[in-house]
Parts: sequence; structure tokens; C-alpha cells
Amino acid sequence: MSDTTTSTPRLLLGDATVGDALPTLAYPVTATTVVLGALAARDWRPMHHDHDFAVNRNGTQDIFMNTPNQAAWFERYVTDWTGPTGRLGHMQFRMKGSVFPGDEMRLDATVRDVRTDDAGCGWVTLDVALTVDGDVKTTCAVRVAVPTTPDDNPWARRGDAWRPDPTA
Amino acid sequence: MSDAPPMPDDALAEELPADVAALIGVEQYPEQGEFPVEQGYIWTSCSSVENGSSLFWDAEVAASLTDGPIAPPTMLSVWFRPHHWAPGRTEEHLPLKVHFDLKARFGLPEAVMTDNTITFYDPVRPGDLLRTHQVLRSVSGPKTTKLGTGRFWVIDVVYHNQRDELVGVETYTGFGYRRAA
Repeated sequence: MSDTTTSTPRLLLGDATVGDALPTLAYPVTATTVVLGALAARDWRPMHHDHDFAVNRNGTQDIFMNTPNQAAWFERYVTDWTGPTGRLGHMQFRMKGSVFPGDEMRLDATVRDVRTDDAGCGWVTLDVALTVDGDVKTTCAVRVAVPTTPDDNPWARRGDAWRPDPTA
Repeated sequence: MSDAPPMPDDALAEELPADVAALIGVEQYPEQGEFPVEQGYIWTSCSSVENGSSLFWDAEVAASLTDGPIAPPTMLSVWFRPHHWAPGRTEEHLPLKVHFDLKARFGLPEAVMTDNTITFYDPVRPGDLLRTHQVLRSVSGPKTTKLGTGRFWVIDVVYHNQRDELVGVETYTGFGYRRAA
């Protein structure tokens, strides 16, 4: 079990500075972690629960974490930092290697960008990395909206006031 | 998990069979979710990653921030993964059908996803019944990585709710391959 956020942080845009590092989340991955995550994502494919299939068909060393479950880990990691007012806008993953039972995965992130868009929404862009023994397994660029003031609520944005795609 | 970055933009039209090239940009496989978004599955997902956010566990917080409970945004694809079995179904119902079509079309028995981009729009709420369609964006020429030889492809999955509101777009880069002998 990992340490979860029991307090309720409410990160404001002014609290984030380019170059800031988020606290590390370290988690020992077990077969249960992999299987539980795959089934929670309704991913029934055998490489995420069947050791023999993963090794002899996929050619991997063991069953491995699936992408939707990694996304859920990244979301949890980012919103542990922002608190519930943080609203994900965009995530871009690159899978470089697999995460297997027995690995200790570590999530780390740095703030790459802090800005307010033309609609007045505050955005923080994070470079998040999932590593095992120092090897980068997945990178994820996360764009998360956070309040610009204590009264602001990114979740209230709709239509043109919500512009999550950085390439749009 | 390839040893080469995906290069979807280098798709060479002349290397693509005409039937595959004709599918690029076309909306395919419009589908309705098999079940409404449900609170229990939201908690199962949060539990699987020990996500203790009060937005998903405290009704008062959800009421104040999002006018009631919502699903974690990253669960977007969860609501479209079909049951492993359903009565009357005679063949496996595969999600991301375009991906499996390409594997079959090019005779590539194995595949991995190398990149995944998700853009989140309106929140998904318990009771929502989502619909989706898939769009093939590009297919590369033949590539060899440490996994084997095959092709990269890029597929969009577009999600709407029952009120026709856009709730998200996922973009997948897949690598279908045949293992080196």
C-alpha cells in the first residue's frame, strides 16, 4: 500500500513554478497490482493476467501493466498534488518498456510550463516519468487545469471556456 | 515498447494497399457502450491505484466541485471495453477494432501500443451511456524494431455522451509486428 493523500490540497496556479519537482511516489508492483489494474480497466487480454501467454506468445518476461491502468496511476499521482480542483485536460504517453511484478515503480514529475489561456483558465504542464531501477518505462506529459484564485473552479468550465488540447 | 520512436507521419501512401489507404480519415465502428457508467466501477478503479481523491469518495466535495459524482477522466476507455462474454455473441467482441483489423490485414500476429494521447472534455458521470467511433489517421511503411518487423498506425477514438456532448478523444499509436525468427 502506498501513502495516499488524506488531506485535501487545493493547488493554485501561483503555487506552481517551472522547474518545481513533485514528491516521488514509489510503489512495489505485484502480480495483484497488474491483474487488479487490468480488470479495473476491463482489459481482459491475457498478457495482463496469463504468465504463460505473456512469456511464450508476447515474448515478455512476465505479465505487465496495461496502458489504461498506467493512466490511472498518472492521474492519481497528479491529483494527489493538485487536490480535487485539479482537472486533467490532456495526457500524452510514450511507453518505452513494460512494468512487471517485482518491480518497484517510481513516479516523478517536474513542472514544464505554467500559463493562463485566453479563456482565463490556469494550466500547469508536467513531465511525468515512471521509472524502474532508474530505467524510464513510460513518460507522460500531463496538462492539468488548476484554479487561478481560491474561488476559481476549472470543473465549471464548459464549451469554449474549456480548451484542453494544447495543439488546437 | 519499441526501440524506435513511432513515425506515423512517414506513412508512404504508395506502400499502402488501396483498401487501407481508403480508410484513412473515415469514421468507423460507431458503437454504443454496453452498460451505463457506474459508481461501483469508479471505486474499483480508484481502489486499484489507491486514488483517495475526495472528488471520487466524498459526495459533498463532488457536489460542490462537479455538481455531483463524476468518473476519473482516465477511465474514458473503460466504459467501452466489452464484456468478455455476452449471451448470443458468437465471436470475441474486440475493442479498438481498427487496430485488430490492421493486424489481420497485414498478417501481423503481435502488437503493442507505443503511444497514447487523451484529451478530456465534459466530465463523464454515473448513468451516462457513451457512444464512440474510430478513425484511422495513418499507417507507416514497414519498420523493424527489437520486437520484430511490422507497421505503426495511429487511430483516434472519439467519445460522446447521450446528450451528444464530446467527452474525450483518445489517440493510439500501435505497432503490429511479426517476431524475428
